[in-house]
Amino acid sequence: MSYNSTTAIQASLKKRYARERRFQWYGRLAVLTGFVFLFILLADIVSKGTPAFTQHFIRIAVNFDADKLEVSANPTEEELYAANFNGVIKQSLREMFPDVSGRKDKRALYKLISIGAEYDLRDSVLENPGLIGTKQEVWLRAHSEAGSYLKGQVDTQLDEADRRVKDNQIQWLDSLRAEGRTESRFNVIFFTAGDSREPELAGIKAALLGSAYTLLVTFFLAFPVGVLAAIYLEEFAPRNRLTDLIEININNLAAVPSIVFGLLGLAVFINFFELPRSAPLVGGMVLSLMTLPTIIITSRAAIQAVPPSIRQAALGVGASPLQTVFHHVIPVAMPGILTGSIIGMAQALGESAPLLMIGMVAFIMDVPGGVTDPSTVLPVQIFLWADSPERGFTEKTSAAIMVLMTFLIFMNALAIYLRRRFEMK
Amino acid sequence: MQTSTVILFLLAMCVVVYNLGRKRSQVLGQRIGGYSLLHSLPRHYGYMAAAWAAIPAIVVLILAMSFEERWLAGMVAEQLPPEARELPADKFGLYYNQVLGYAQGMVGAEQLDATQVAAGDYYRRLADRFASAKAALAFLAALVGAIFAIRHISPAVRARNHVEGIIRWVLFGCSFLAVLTTLGIVLSVLFEAIQFFKIIPLSEFLFGLEWSPQMAIRADQVAASGSFGFIPLLVGTLLISAVAMLISVPIGLMSAIYLSEYATNRFRAVTKPVLEILAGVPTVVYGFFAALTVAPFIRELGESIGLSVASESALAAGIVMGIMIIPFVMSLSDDIINAVPDSLREASLGMGATMNETIRKVLLPAALPGIVGGILLAVSRAIGETMIVVMAAGLSAKLTANPLEAVTTITVQIVTLLVGDQEFDSPKTLAAFALGLVLFFVTLLLNVIALYVVRRYREQYD
Repeated sequence: MSYNSTTAIQASLKKRYARERRFQWYGRLAVLTGFVFLFILLADIVSKGTPAFTQHFIRIAVNFDADKLEVSANPTEEELYAANFNGVIKQSLREMFPDVSGRKDKRALYKLISIGAEYDLRDSVLENPGLIGTKQEVWLRAHSEAGSYLKGQVDTQLDEADRRVKDNQIQWLDSLRAEGRTESRFNVIFFTAGDSREPELAGIKAALLGSAYTLLVTFFLAFPVGVLAAIYLEEFAPRNRLTDLIEININNLAAVPSIVFGLLGLAVFINFFELPRSAPLVGGMVLSLMTLPTIIITSRAAIQAVPPSIRQAALGVGASPLQTVFHHVIPVAMPGILTGSIIGMAQALGESAPLLMIGMVAFIMDVPGGVTDPSTVLPVQIFLWADSPERGFTEKTSAAIMVLMTFLIFMNALAIYLRRRFEMK
Repeated sequence: MQTSTVILFLLAMCVVVYNLGRKRSQVLGQRIGGYSLLHSLPRHYGYMAAAWAAIPAIVVLILAMSFEERWLAGMVAEQLPPEARELPADKFGLYYNQVLGYAQGMVGAEQLDATQVAAGDYYRRLADRFASAKAALAFLAALVGAIFAIRHISPAVRARNHVEGIIRWVLFGCSFLAVLTTLGIVLSVLFEAIQFFKIIPLSEFLFGLEWSPQMAIRADQVAASGSFGFIPLLVGTLLISAVAMLISVPIGLMSAIYLSEYATNRFRAVTKPVLEILAGVPTVVYGFFAALTVAPFIRELGESIGLSVASESALAAGIVMGIMIIPFVMSLSDDIINAVPDSLREASLGMGATMNETIRKVLLPAALPGIVGGILLAVSRAIGETMIVVMAAGLSAKLTANPLEAVTTITVQIVTLLVGDQEFDSPKTLAAFALGLVLFFVTLLLNVIALYVVRRYREQYD
């Protein structure tokens, strides 16, 4: 009998060990899959977004002729604002490619240069009125489609009808490039402009400032309220039904979908209190309600971790309970509280769904000047650009994501650093 | 005077009152022979005086602000010509909004008729008068409070205890905000949802098989068209969530098992934070990834083997949502597996079981309730997730269980119904709140069950 079972066990051992090895491989595979997903996600975004940080310029000879600009020889500022820079650019292009004829071809030619170029030209004349009457070689911003060809993103093997950049445009661009008239520069406008319908003129400054204002409101509401609530629950709350109710509510709010907070904001802040739509003020209020549970829960953990001896010592020398908490417990718990708050702020920075509900999806060209101006935030700007059909916006979206992720990584690194320091104590 | 300037002035006033209170207590202290004979430090008397000035003023301001719009609207409406007042509610809303727009300088007078301009001017006069009255009242309240407090100061007054009492109430108020938020969510969503169910019967909403709110052009068509059936949305939501769970549960659970039972400490210390990056990526980024990378990839893959795949397939949204939830499932399972006492592991290993037999036959059964709870939490996450599905899932409600087709979800419909200009009492807008109500209660239910399961399980080993 014993002989039989031993051989049976020995016979099965091989199988069992094989299964054990297989199981370990499943585990490794699962971890690896997670890594692969993360890698694909990041690589996809970075590879799509990197080209957006450069922009192509085309050098053309512009004739600042007063007649062509439809201004007098010594133009006033108003005259320059009304001047026909667009016509001048078009004429310069025609002069550079004299054999282009036909309306369709001409229009294709004009489309090499961004619509925004005339404003750049106007600004340079406003700065230096002496340009009038001269002929200058000027670098002008390329149209996003032309730019994408110059960046090598256009598949020329494709049928002409299937691509935005046509054969004749490719020919012109190639000849411009051969003459050294094209140049790639760092995309400054991406960081200094608001939204635009033209990909090459669109920037994230308005969205970044909107995010900053919104986060500021969120922080100033959620941080004090969250910390004070945590202090109450951890240090003063009596054990009764009301306290239980509050605790249950905080735990449940932490799991409520963010979009529901948006509905709350829409119904209460906008429709009932009639606060302005699309404003960072309301956005910040909604996000602060959303991040409040995170801040309360982490602050409570931090306060709990403060050794009781500190409280006892303070109470022993005659401090009141409130003095004990505010003068002794909170300073010790501060790194932990800040860690939790930063994580909550990072959540708020990446959040977009509730902000869609309160109208922060507007097309914002102007940089907001305060917390009640209509504005958008970075994640919502990403959402809007991702929806745009123009190809040029895809890389802008990815670039905006890279900026957003940089901020998030910075915030999380700060939180980790604080936590490390905290743990050392 | 603007509210913000009033608040600034009140703050300045509080500083003055604080100093007055402190000075007075010092004077009183010196009179009886030194500060140490006062019950509290001079600054506590200052704080007390400042608090007594601030609290009545704040109460007045809040009361005034919450009644301001309504009172103004009522007064202006009385001044309007009778033909304007007798307009139906929605037309009147438009008419009144123009008046408001004119009064706030956003609409030019030339676009409006004379009665509206007159009403707008009247509104502006009234608003100015109301604002001055509000400011005056607030200052008066602050002044009365301050005078009362300063006169009240005497060496025997327990100023510190008094101030601390007020602070305790503030602390309580801050934590009570959580209850108020929940109440606000429930009430605001419920109120609008009830309005909605007055137009669309509840049974039709809960059991209707068709959802097409966009068809409702005129308000009176809606009830007849019967296009507010919620079942397709529920099926779509569950379909996408199921795909997400199929991705996240095996990967998350296996990763957690491997990391807690097999991996070396160093491997774990590196791997876990890296995988948790997935949890920190904003959902809008996942949405972009799903819509522009995963969905086209899946469609091409499907077409290469002869399947027709919608460009906004449930599969793409579900897979990406699954990726998002992996770290969530992982850290929850990790906590729960680690909570299983080592004695169980050691007993099993001591009997000669291999590690994987121990895991499958001892650890997992012991951890099962907790893992189920964690999965329920993950499901509630998936159901409430918005941006991924808004960007990568479809808009038209289709009743199908095929993950290759485009389906829509509850959250997608909430967003599409509410983004952009809307009238606040149209059934379309109200439907979004009804969906919000369902979403809130479904996720609440899942969370309550999950927490209950997890807690019961924990008690077994404590």
